[in-house]
Amino acid sequence: MTPYESVIGLECHVQLATHSKIFSGASASFGGAPNTYTDPYTLALPGTLPVLNRRAVACALKMSLATGCTIRRVSRFARKHYFYPDLPKGYQISQYDEPIAEHGRIDFLLDGTPRAVRLTRIHMEEDAGKSTHVAGAAYSLVDLNRAGVPLIEVVSEPDLRSAKEAAEYLRAIRQLVRYLGICDGNMEEGSLRCDANVSIRPVGDVAYGTRTELKNMNSFKHVQAAIEYEVARQTEVLESGQRVVQETRLWDEGRGTSHPMRSKEQAHDYRYFPEPDLPPLVVTEAEIEALRSSLPELPLARRARFMDRLGLSPQDAALLTAEREIADYYEQVVAAGPSCDPKRAANWVGGELLRELHRDERPIAQSPVSPTALAELIALVAGGTISGKIAKDVLATMYASGESSKEIVAREGLLQVSDESELLRVCQKVIEANPKQVEKFRGGNDKLLGFFVGQAMKETGGRAHPERVNQILRRLLA
Amino acid sequence: MKITRDEVRATAALARLALTDEEITRLTRELDAILVYMEKLAAVDVEGIEPMTHAVALACPLREDALGPQLTVEKALADAPASEDGCFLVPRIIAHDKEA
Amino acid sequence: MTPLHWRSAAEIAAQVAAREVSAVEVTRAHLDRIAALDRRLGCYLLVDGDGALAQAAAVDRAIAAGDSPGLLAGVPVGLKDLLVTEGVATTAGSKILAGFIPPYDGTAVARLRQAGAVILGKLNMDEFAMGSSTENSAFGPVRNPWDESRVPGGSSGGSAAAVAAGLCAVALGTDTGGSIRQPAALSGVVGLKPTYGRVSRHGVIAFASSLDQVGPLARTVEDCALTLEAIAGHDPKDATSIDAPVPRYRDACTAAAADLSGLRVGVPEEFFAAGLDPEIERLVRAAIAKLADLGARVVPASLPNSEHSLATYYLVATAEASSNLARYDGVRYGLRVRDPGDDLNTMYQKSRAAGFGTEVKRRIMLGTYALRAGYYDAYYLRAQKVRALIKRDFDRAFATCDVIATPTSPIPAFRLGDRTEDPLAMYLADIYTISCNLAGLPGLSVPCGFTTSNTLPTGLQLLGPPLGESTVLRVAAAYQRATDWHTRHPPGAERSTP
Repeated sequence: MTPYESVIGLECHVQLATHSKIFSGASASFGGAPNTYTDPYTLALPGTLPVLNRRAVACALKMSLATGCTIRRVSRFARKHYFYPDLPKGYQISQYDEPIAEHGRIDFLLDGTPRAVRLTRIHMEEDAGKSTHVAGAAYSLVDLNRAGVPLIEVVSEPDLRSAKEAAEYLRAIRQLVRYLGICDGNMEEGSLRCDANVSIRPVGDVAYGTRTELKNMNSFKHVQAAIEYEVARQTEVLESGQRVVQETRLWDEGRGTSHPMRSKEQAHDYRYFPEPDLPPLVVTEAEIEALRSSLPELPLARRARFMDRLGLSPQDAALLTAEREIADYYEQVVAAGPSCDPKRAANWVGGELLRELHRDERPIAQSPVSPTALAELIALVAGGTISGKIAKDVLATMYASGESSKEIVAREGLLQVSDESELLRVCQKVIEANPKQVEKFRGGNDKLLGFFVGQAMKETGGRAHPERVNQILRRLLA
Repeated sequence: MKITRDEVRATAALARLALTDEEITRLTRELDAILVYMEKLAAVDVEGIEPMTHAVALACPLREDALGPQLTVEKALADAPASEDGCFLVPRIIAHDKEA
Repeated sequence: MTPLHWRSAAEIAAQVAAREVSAVEVTRAHLDRIAALDRRLGCYLLVDGDGALAQAAAVDRAIAAGDSPGLLAGVPVGLKDLLVTEGVATTAGSKILAGFIPPYDGTAVARLRQAGAVILGKLNMDEFAMGSSTENSAFGPVRNPWDESRVPGGSSGGSAAAVAAGLCAVALGTDTGGSIRQPAALSGVVGLKPTYGRVSRHGVIAFASSLDQVGPLARTVEDCALTLEAIAGHDPKDATSIDAPVPRYRDACTAAAADLSGLRVGVPEEFFAAGLDPEIERLVRAAIAKLADLGARVVPASLPNSEHSLATYYLVATAEASSNLARYDGVRYGLRVRDPGDDLNTMYQKSRAAGFGTEVKRRIMLGTYALRAGYYDAYYLRAQKVRALIKRDFDRAFATCDVIATPTSPIPAFRLGDRTEDPLAMYLADIYTISCNLAGLPGLSVPCGFTTSNTLPTGLQLLGPPLGESTVLRVAAAYQRATDWHTRHPPGAERSTP
């Protein structure tokens, strides 16, 4: 069998987080009752005209800057024509030969190895509405709420070489747009969508094979599965001596297969031409610089800083930079306590806190435990005021009630017992109560020390300082 | 001939116009005459000339990202030939209709 | 005393403001006249009598209450039916918009209302403004008040004829390739196409977006100036709207402004070429001589690329139109034609075939063809480049003159049906008006006499540099002060005065 290499390029549609649509003041919200987010422009009523949304442009520019694109000082909108009921004007306003940005790259890690995928272009366009095919009925229903929601299309070069890499690339895009605050990245709701162009070629070949376009993949899992399926399918086609047909294929989530869209009777001809209703979009150097300086630290840079400056492990750094809000939270915890050890803080944020939040599906921005409160708790452990074990319970209480750690510790009497005479009393009591075990220990069963420590902890409700108890017991049992 | 019947047919399909055979015959003749007239542009020297896409050179103005007046669903559907459940009703859409 | 229907907008506004006459009286007089005359002429597609009287009463009340009267207080206005009106059916002269009631007012209409104008109704036009005779209206032709066997010109034929016949003081039209100026010339009224971007296109049903402009038609230049003053100005709802202050255009029409000393009038010989009716040539040259009498200096001007304007125009305009008319698909509004079992595409094709008229279909076909892959460079792109050359000619010409004077139309009003069989011959009626739209300039047609053979009106076209409306208005107003063509009324309309 010939070894083949997959050649994959992705076209990602990113819905921009604006209040209003790209060309009109209708709401760009998700999920309202059908046709409740419209205005005369959205319905393409005669006489209506597009006026470009400033924030949509800013979002597109942020993404362009974050991916190192060359930004066109003058870009143009164009009309792309096709008839479809969810496209009210009979054309989509998009950008064609003069997009807002070109020649960028997305950096990400594939199994810990840095990868860079080149971007061909980023362009702005309007979303279409939604048609619902009523099962069994002879008609379909059209909802125009989504029509006109701003999008950027991020087009990659065919630089991806595996389905897994494609999925990682898409995750990197999602992480980036969320860092930039330009999109919520929700694939289920369609605010992040992607089509994949897939071809295969014998390893070593330079020329590309015939490609197919995959559509209708609504999660990372499905993007990966659909590409894997397509690569296998194309391999089989070539191995059986046939040719790959250039076509668009729809992924069927339920079946885990794809099928071609029925072949078109004629090639589509979008009849692009410059949008006469919108003058060229001019972006000044000053605007670009203002946006550049407003960009947040990007995920990979932040991850590197967490490793280099804060000494975190690659795993911890990746976990804590997965979302901008988590990283922000973590840094606030570290900043809140002068004595707060970054690694210890990483364990608390990445461990207990995220576990609690994850269970509730609650974003960290809505954490009932503030960064300062968590820093206080960490300080109590570090200062020996409470034990680490108790601290976990305290955090759970803080999370549930919103109380501060000090309040909980004081109310529940959880202060760690480190007083020598008190600990001596407890240890003596434990020894007196367990003569058989004492005999066995003295007979050489060292493992029983843990038993005595446990009894002492139980006696103090877990508040005993474990190391001191250990020392005292060893002395008394010697 | 600048344009053939088949091209007229294909163009009508793109423009979603149902044309009778007589209309196609007539349009082929008329469009041909018009396109022959347009031929005179081929002789104009446009070397190095930027296409003029707008009558007045302006930069695209930007609108603040704020909500304007919204139509109620009743108003949105008021002029629709057919609607149901708050939606515009159209003959059943098959995925391949798009971009055909 | 001038009858109400022959009074100018300036007179009516002043008299209504001074409460010498009520807006309601003026409105009633016009409504009565429409009822008496318009069955024959076919200017109005819709008369909103109740709406007009209510607006007029509101104007009277506001003035009685001491509010400052608007620029057009009580002036009866007709709107070309390409202008969208809230709650009032708007058809664009097409069956495809059957039953369409817009939920909003366009900007020009809203500004007219603010200025106190009373909107009488919607005026007939060539379907989607595509035509030069108003014979392409889906709702029947308009007859020229000067000779009812002839066309009023087009596409704003209803607007021009209504003004000429005294069925409104002022009308709004739209001009994509001459659709205000050409019917103004053929119907013997003044028509002004402003600089592209001077008047908002918001609420104007699009024909060719990079060429369309709204403008006034009236019997006097001063009325055009007043109306432009009311409707012009920046509009955030139109991204191609120019953000420049609106001058007091009426100041260009005063006696003090009528001395044209020092003003240079350019005359391009390209506009006096073969195909120009000799009588029109004579009248236009006489009008230019009159401008010289008024102090202007007549200088030659050269617009060598104007011979390409018609071909350029019909590629640019039809390409944009084919796109703008894609929205008429029978889904959200307008006509839907569907037989049982028809699929989506069949519904699209039948609805559009039944809804659009012959000329509209022809232009959609031409425009669609010109934008197709493989033809785009040869047709559309090349036309856009030639368009730049045409614009450059004007930039150069206006370096040595202040206005350019030409005939508006090469021919006077022709008989109904004379040119409907030959689209190219019809397109040639716009030969002198088109380059102004391609270059985005202001252009005006002012009556300059009547042909002796059959006493049909003729128009002098004045073109100005971008935002040069005041200059164009000034020259036209000076000419009108020195002539009396505008004081004549169509004999039929005169006789039928109720």
